[in-house]
Amino acid sequence: MQGIKLPITVNCEINVLLVAVTAFGFLTRLYGIQFPRAVVFDEVYYGQFVSLYMKRVFFIDESGPPLGHMIQALGGYLGGFDGNFAWNRIGAEYTSNVPVWTFRVLPALAGSLCVPLGYLLMLELGYSHFAAVGASLLLIMENSLIVQSRFMLLESVLIFFLLLAVVAYLRFYNAPNGSLCRWSWLILSGSSCAFAVGVKYMGLFTYLLLLSLAAVHAWHLIGDKTLSNGKVLVQVTVQLLALVVLPAIMYLGFFYIHLTLLNHSGPHDQMMSSAFQASLEGGLARVTQGQPLEVAFGSQVTLRSGSSKPVPCWLHSHKANYPIRYEDGRGSSHQQQVTCYPFKDVNNWWIIKDPRRQSLVVVSPPRPVRHGDIIQLLHGMTSRFLNTHDVAAPMSPYAQEVSGYIDFNVSMPAQNLWRVDITNRESDRDVWKTILSEVRLVHVNTSAVLKLSGASLPDWGFRQLEVVGDKIYKGYHQSRLWNVEEHRYGRSQEQRERELELKTPTYVDISRNLTFMAKFMELQWKMLTVRNEESEHKYSSLPLDWITMDTNIAYWLHPSSNAQIHLIGNIVTWTLANFALFVYVLLFLTYLLRRRRKIEDIPKASWEQLVLAGVICSGGWAVNYLPFFLMEKTLFLYHYLPAVTFQILQIPVIVEHIYIHILRSPSHQKAFSGVILAALCSVYLCYCTFCPLTYGQPELTSKQLASLRWKESWDILFRKH
Amino acid sequence: MMEDSLHVDHCKQRQSSPALRNRKQCMATVAKRDCPHIEPVLPEARKAHRMCNTSRAAFNGTSQKMCRRWKRYCHSDDVPKYHLLLVVVLSLCTRFYKITEPAHICWDETHFGKMGSYYINRTFFFDVHPPLGKMLIGLAGYLTGYDGTFPFIKPGDKYEHHNYWGMRGFCAALGSFLPAFAFLVVLELSHSTLAALIAASMIIFDTGCITLSQYILLDPILLFFIMGAVLSMVKFNQQRLRPFSWSWWLWLILTGVNLSGSLGVKFVGLFVILLVGIKTAWDLWKLLGDLHLSMVDFVKHLSARIFGLIMLPLFLYTTVFAIHFVILNRSGPGDGFFSSAFQSRLIGNNLHSATMPEYLAYGSIITVKNLRIAGGYLHSHWHLYPEGVGAHQQQVTAYLHKDYNNLWLVKRPDNDDYSDTPELLRHGDIIRLEHKESMRNLHSHFHEAPLTKKHLQVTGYGINGTGDPNDLWQVEVCGGKQGDPVKVLRSKVRFLHHATGCVLYSSGKTLPKWGWEQVEVSCSPYLKETPSSQWNIEDHINPKLPNISLCVLKPSFLEILLESHIVMIRGNSGLKPKDNEVSSKPWHWPINYQGLRFSGVNETEYRVYLLGNPVIWWLNLFALGLFVVMAMGCSLTLQRGIKLEGDRKAHSQILMEGGGLLFLGWLIHYLPFYTMGRILYYHHYFPAMLFSSMLTGITLDTFLHNTDLLFSPAVAKCILRGSLTLLLFGVLYSFYLFHPLSYGMSGPLAHDPTSSMSGLRWLDSWEF
Repeated sequence: MQGIKLPITVNCEINVLLVAVTAFGFLTRLYGIQFPRAVVFDEVYYGQFVSLYMKRVFFIDESGPPLGHMIQALGGYLGGFDGNFAWNRIGAEYTSNVPVWTFRVLPALAGSLCVPLGYLLMLELGYSHFAAVGASLLLIMENSLIVQSRFMLLESVLIFFLLLAVVAYLRFYNAPNGSLCRWSWLILSGSSCAFAVGVKYMGLFTYLLLLSLAAVHAWHLIGDKTLSNGKVLVQVTVQLLALVVLPAIMYLGFFYIHLTLLNHSGPHDQMMSSAFQASLEGGLARVTQGQPLEVAFGSQVTLRSGSSKPVPCWLHSHKANYPIRYEDGRGSSHQQQVTCYPFKDVNNWWIIKDPRRQSLVVVSPPRPVRHGDIIQLLHGMTSRFLNTHDVAAPMSPYAQEVSGYIDFNVSMPAQNLWRVDITNRESDRDVWKTILSEVRLVHVNTSAVLKLSGASLPDWGFRQLEVVGDKIYKGYHQSRLWNVEEHRYGRSQEQRERELELKTPTYVDISRNLTFMAKFMELQWKMLTVRNEESEHKYSSLPLDWITMDTNIAYWLHPSSNAQIHLIGNIVTWTLANFALFVYVLLFLTYLLRRRRKIEDIPKASWEQLVLAGVICSGGWAVNYLPFFLMEKTLFLYHYLPAVTFQILQIPVIVEHIYIHILRSPSHQKAFSGVILAALCSVYLCYCTFCPLTYGQPELTSKQLASLRWKESWDILFRKH
Repeated sequence: MMEDSLHVDHCKQRQSSPALRNRKQCMATVAKRDCPHIEPVLPEARKAHRMCNTSRAAFNGTSQKMCRRWKRYCHSDDVPKYHLLLVVVLSLCTRFYKITEPAHICWDETHFGKMGSYYINRTFFFDVHPPLGKMLIGLAGYLTGYDGTFPFIKPGDKYEHHNYWGMRGFCAALGSFLPAFAFLVVLELSHSTLAALIAASMIIFDTGCITLSQYILLDPILLFFIMGAVLSMVKFNQQRLRPFSWSWWLWLILTGVNLSGSLGVKFVGLFVILLVGIKTAWDLWKLLGDLHLSMVDFVKHLSARIFGLIMLPLFLYTTVFAIHFVILNRSGPGDGFFSSAFQSRLIGNNLHSATMPEYLAYGSIITVKNLRIAGGYLHSHWHLYPEGVGAHQQQVTAYLHKDYNNLWLVKRPDNDDYSDTPELLRHGDIIRLEHKESMRNLHSHFHEAPLTKKHLQVTGYGINGTGDPNDLWQVEVCGGKQGDPVKVLRSKVRFLHHATGCVLYSSGKTLPKWGWEQVEVSCSPYLKETPSSQWNIEDHINPKLPNISLCVLKPSFLEILLESHIVMIRGNSGLKPKDNEVSSKPWHWPINYQGLRFSGVNETEYRVYLLGNPVIWWLNLFALGLFVVMAMGCSLTLQRGIKLEGDRKAHSQILMEGGGLLFLGWLIHYLPFYTMGRILYYHHYFPAMLFSSMLTGITLDTFLHNTDLLFSPAVAKCILRGSLTLLLFGVLYSFYLFHPLSYGMSGPLAHDPTSSMSGLRWLDSWEF
């Protein structure tokens, strides 16, 4: 009882300023978010994924990792959304089953919490409460951030996690050594980084910035000779675990949840490998369940190309021959066409035949086909052997034509032996397995490899894809790989029975499971490599337009009136931010060069504070902005918002620095305070002026709208009456 | 800074130290250097060696002053001449062996040889690289009696009686400099002959470097300038204790000259400029921190570098272009890539001192050129859009070459008869444009364009000039008003589609094969005035109008310089990999994953395959990893405040500064390729490979001399000897094994056991 002091008291300190700015943040972001009750801008894009989550249908979104979609889906789940809404057009009215408020509340909450985070960031950088209030006021009255927070979009969530990661890291760095709290801040920082990267790949830039900052700090730590080697090792290891290993594990975790949730087959199945598809319920799994695993002589198979460019397809043949002469005058063998066909078809079935035997059925016990075996491939419906010879292919003259062999008796012998080369084999006598084995078919006579060339045949080939024998053997490429997708053991010796057999669907059961890591690797690889066709958009812009905000985006227009919502920033704030950045660079260079000559204008502590603030604010701006110059995708103004958030935080840093270190006389300081007040007032006025375009109400007349078009290049919509 | 202090010390000692004692040591080092397996050159020995040079000079009766001057000019006081000579002889032998084989065009010789011929014939052409390399090839050809008549049509064509050896010999000569340069650079950075020899042998015996040097290509020239720049940079750095001396200026200026040379050959030269820039900025930063140096002196340093490394290279670079434009004054295959104004400079071009009617009139026959730089002529041909791509009508494209299919006839909206007095076309008029060859009208309609899906498709429509109302276009002169006539060449014109209100637009995207890889033309609903939607009238034929002369167009030198750069950059970024072409990826390169076929595919042909010597390349890769580990270990040790003594300190300094510089060079010449969208080839890695080889020299040398950290000194010595023997044997034997890659193979391919190369296809992806 000695240890407890009585009475038990709780001391509570509340920073009223912080509470007040937070309240304003909530007010500006959350006020009336269910208006408009219609699809606003990119909600049309994100919404479809939310619906797919609700229906647990698998999809691929190459624009970013799944966490962002999952957060949005959580909003839908909380509101009891059933996934039934056709996300087809911006401006479409939501039906009553769509919980608009819960959809939008999570991004709005994240957006509002950016305001107190801005406040805390200033404090952690060592600036005064005045600067902190200034920073949060600028964030509160930033129209672009408000607009982006109020709808089912991801930027506000991203910015929230970015700021949280930075604040938490600075807390960790500033905290006294040895307190337990310190480490929890570090872990919070690491996980916020993971969240940010999980929402959008853009988060990676700030994460890398933070990592480099941490690396520099760790380097100083290593140089600290007062610490013992063991202590240094422990500290550095913990930082490495929290900032690198933890985020990586969490990132995997997002995908784990994503893949666990989405276990039904859906519209994007075709992009994935057969094995992946087989792991989804419905779709291919239904077809392939219960197929025999080992391909044997006499098996009936469909062969899917390993490359999904331009489309996934199956080896195919049909009763039509190559034309005797092509358009360009070259001749062909006039034998039966062999193509690759992107749809399921009975003509995709092939029978694997042992060249030494006549039988087309699987004997019992089955004789499996192994790596290195020689086979013939017989087309199921037309009974032609897969053949290739020294005749130029129709679209790729450098490669050999592949045909279904017809003997025209013109001294063109059949060359229909193929060697099975399993590329992902474990041993040299590995058995050819359905779905799992990736096989190269090497022609015995010419050592050409069966390859999907990617070109489409003209009309005579029904615009199907060309298949060639590739003599120029150029290493590993997916277009040379084939895998068995559908498979059954052939039972019927007679052609007619066999045709019937081919037309009946394959039968029964056993499931195949891919490990999570295999699925993750495949999905991640697809997301990084699949590129949607570059599309021009009316509101797309170039990074150079963003600095001066020469562009805007119309998010929503009322179906009958002039009420509309635009992504337009607070131009006063943006100008001030540009100015602050410029002044910072100027100050930094001046101090840097003068310090090099041992002229110290400001004390060392202030200098270090200024550098740290610059790394976070200007550095944050630079890493979130400059990489866009290298990107080739369609860009929009909202891509600039993370950068501009950091840039805005630079303003109070510069203001406080000028006030304390540059203006020495009180009269100057007084005058400067006046300037600051005036600037804040104009920020407020600008915010109020653009409020109608930010909140979509009240409706403005055409004349008022025209007066809001401060820049020629802004695209504001006028309804013709 | 250890080397500096050493240097200073020895300068001080020079007068006082008794020559005799030094001479003894000198004899000892000379004796040591004679044996083939070089003893480690320890700092002590080096010091002695340096001193012995001076003392020997004094001993021979040459005055101290002469000696100093001689030293200042040649700086060869610590260059082991016999080793350098060995390197030079070996590299000349390997580069010039079988230089004339094969006697046919190999790989890109078809381009660069052709461009060399263009210089000899003074014909204008377009290439994505700056002109210096091709100019030098042309010059070499000219001097060795090549007359520029060989057409260089495609790889495999026989040269027959044409004098091609001169151009190849020139490239091989420049290529032979590389090992010597590497030797000198590494020697300068590490002061170790062993390291320099390792680096040089990596390059001498690399089959890739040999192959790349033996043909008429830009790469040997580029590599020569890059290595030259690096060598001059380190030599300049050596002079830092004697600022503003003659030799200081000499190396500074040589650096600048080499920089402009490398940029003048290929834009990859920018990377070495970046390297030199970083190094220079770092030097300046150190100078700024030196408080003994007054600000005036600092400004002197700064402006000397600005002059030598920025102004001078810029001047030389523009001079190269000026020479290029002066030499190539005749019209040729490259004309169409350039604006009308540019073309008017070229003799033989139809715009050169041309006369044509000034104002456009109905009934005129015209060509219409897009205003985007490297935008093409409005073009159509007898081919339809394929099924599924908009309407099945005749294609309209933009085409960069001059062609009779670029001709269009200006017609009234309604009737086709023209009175004798021509009526001028004015701003706001509605016209039809009929394709002269196929007699179809320029047409647009509500079908999406083939590539730019938000735009409308533009087609050729109608028979014999009769179409429908969708053939009507409104002519608008930019900045003009109602009633302004349309001036040939000088007016910027837009064509607004009358029915849909969209504007004729050239997106710059290349159509797939069905469109003959010409550029897409579409009708854009976004009416912003951009060069893509603006056109000018280039050729204008109308016999009823009086012709005027068009000399006014002549552009200034700066204008053509700027234009040719934009065209080159466009051309470079336009080199995208084709649909089903397997392209080389940057990660393939350091692991020597796949080479390039220079000549021959089949068993019957004479084959040359560009592939690095795998032993050397994998050793380089290993050394890169080793360097990173060693550098990290070293900097961690220093950061923890552990003091290094004597040799160890010198080695760590060499590793961190010399090695660091080369490592930075490797990074700068390698990493940027990951961000490039254009098509990449294996040979792009060779500049980085040279840096990597030099780094291998320093890394292995430092590593082998510090094995006593892990083993006892006796074992360490054994390791040093053993690994050097192994290294020498490995490099020579692998060169013996793989030399047919460079010097030609014939007979069966390597997968055949009877082939001379059988068993050497260590990776499946090698194609020989």
